[in-house]
Amino acid sequence: MKPDPAKGKLDTYILRLYVSGQTPSSMTALANLKKICEEYLEGRYQIQVVDLLKNPQLAGGDQILAVPTLVRRLPEPIRKIIGDLSNTELVLIGLDLVPRK
Amino acid sequence: MTKTKSRKQLPKSQTGIRGLDEITGGGLPKGRPTLICGGAGCGKTLLAMEFLVRGATQFNEPGVFMAFEETTEDLTKNVKSLGFDLKDLIARKKIALEFVYLGDSKVEASGEFNLDGLFIRLGHAIDSIGAKRVVLDTVESLFFSLSSPHILRAELRRLFRWLKEKGVTAIITGERGDGRLTRQGLEEYVSDCVIVLDHRVSDQVSSRRLRVVKYRGSTHGTNEYPFLIDEDGISVLPITSLGLQQTAPISRIPSGVPRLDAMLGGAGYFRGSGVLVSGTAGTGKTSLAVLFAVAACSRGERALYFCFEESPSQIIRNMRSIGLDLEKWVKKGLLQFQANRPSSAGLEMHVTTIAKAIKSFKPQVVIIDPLTSFLIGNNEREIKGMVMQLMDLLKMNNCTTLFTSLILSGAVPEHSQIHIASLIDTWLLLRDIEVGGERNRGMYILKSRGMAHSNQIREFLLTDHGVELRDVYVGPSGVLTGSARLAQEAQEQASQSSRQQEVERRQIELELMRKTLEVQIAAMRAEFAVQEVGLLKIIGQEQAQEAQLVQERVDMGLSRKADKIPNKRKGSSK
Repeated sequence: MKPDPAKGKLDTYILRLYVSGQTPSSMTALANLKKICEEYLEGRYQIQVVDLLKNPQLAGGDQILAVPTLVRRLPEPIRKIIGDLSNTELVLIGLDLVPRK
Repeated sequence: MTKTKSRKQLPKSQTGIRGLDEITGGGLPKGRPTLICGGAGCGKTLLAMEFLVRGATQFNEPGVFMAFEETTEDLTKNVKSLGFDLKDLIARKKIALEFVYLGDSKVEASGEFNLDGLFIRLGHAIDSIGAKRVVLDTVESLFFSLSSPHILRAELRRLFRWLKEKGVTAIITGERGDGRLTRQGLEEYVSDCVIVLDHRVSDQVSSRRLRVVKYRGSTHGTNEYPFLIDEDGISVLPITSLGLQQTAPISRIPSGVPRLDAMLGGAGYFRGSGVLVSGTAGTGKTSLAVLFAVAACSRGERALYFCFEESPSQIIRNMRSIGLDLEKWVKKGLLQFQANRPSSAGLEMHVTTIAKAIKSFKPQVVIIDPLTSFLIGNNEREIKGMVMQLMDLLKMNNCTTLFTSLILSGAVPEHSQIHIASLIDTWLLLRDIEVGGERNRGMYILKSRGMAHSNQIREFLLTDHGVELRDVYVGPSGVLTGSARLAQEAQEQASQSSRQQEVERRQIELELMRKTLEVQIAAMRAEFAVQEVGLLKIIGQEQAQEAQLVQERVDMGLSRKADKIPNKRKGSSK
């Protein structure tokens, strides 16, 4: 089942990716995220990358433990996906872009 | 810690928790992680928190508490009841609380990840206050919220290594797992020091215990030590690590009953010794104990009274009847009562409580009244262990201790106490003496180590001015006490006075005899004088007659023309 196109159009996705420096997994995660967004959320997404090495105090706010972590700030509710986002299916489920089983 | 010592032993980080530093020989391994594990509700979080708070307040080592299970608010509230003001410590940058929220459901991992987020948060918290101590409570929860246990394991391994590199002394708590110390086998990663806490219930009495399972590079006590959580935090009682090294004082301490002191070689008990007063119900054990305590108070010493069967006010009231005002000493702060039901806690817990009270009150005299109320079922062996621990503890603190012990009437007194007899230095036995329709109290010293003591049975009298000991009379009908003794005393007094009268009478008699004799002598003298006069007269006459005869013979010769005999005497020559 496809998401409701009418509702989907209204939602703008604010996605925050927490990384720690320029590690390979951070790079991979960012690349994977961009790819998924382009494919499923074209024109209605915004990606913020937070480097915890530069801003360690930000880790507490979103309760970040694992790196990389993708946080869906909007639309509510907040969702978290950890890992380098190489498993696209899990990312889509995590972002509610495909319905959960 | 001195340099020579640190060469032999690892550098250690003092916990400040009473007893734990003694067991571990100075604290937890400095700059290394320590695993504290145990079942739910055994005090892991509290121990870890106390480690941090004491570090921050006593050793100037700030600490980070990373909580995976309790929120900051909950933690602050929970430890407030133990007197830790976390809010203040956080404001003063002595402690940082970092709550890690793990969510309700497992987070799926899409691909590779690491725990850099956790590292960064922890690192940030450590750096923000310059922390030397870190607590992770309970890091294993990660396994329930993050999938990919193999990544977690590797990351935890890295975390502990990282903590070591940071040089912080860390406590990692873990829940006890099936057949393992922790659910995820953390003990395999944290291998420097492992402490297991336990909370068990036996005979409906719960007790907490602590054991150092492992301490790499250091000696440590290996036994299970009871510990206590109360309003001052945790106290571990390293009783079994105590030895028999205490020096034996030679000074004496009065018993509160002068006559008893006299029986004990004139000076009372040894200081720091253990005294057992045993007797059947109502023989005056408590009175003797209270007297001992009061005697200490009136010398300005402190006495600590543990009562397990009567409430303090009950004792205070009852002791007024023998003229003892305990309230005065309580008010002066020299006498302290601690009342507890024996069943309120396990034996070790009682020892721990007693140890704590001794440490804070520093008494010279301790009363345990009565010891026998700990007897529940067949736990005499445990009681012996407890008394042994207590004796060590009390002797180390140089407390003179008086235990009372109830003997069931009919039991052989020496038998019912057999288990603790060898631990006791002075043993007084109070007993009923039934004679002549009366029940009186008798007391004797069954043993008293290291001093000459009386072997006499004394009658033990409770009067309105304390305890009196009286000699008893041993007669053909046995030992005389009470009114029989009084009768005997009266009789004795009577016979004594009659003896005195007899003496006086004889003295008078003697005087009379002497006087009579003197009169007789005088009379005889007078008679003699009379006779003497008479006899002298007769002698004179006889002599005169003799002279007459001689003269007559001369005159006769003259008349017969006899030879002239010169005669001096000019007789009557006519």
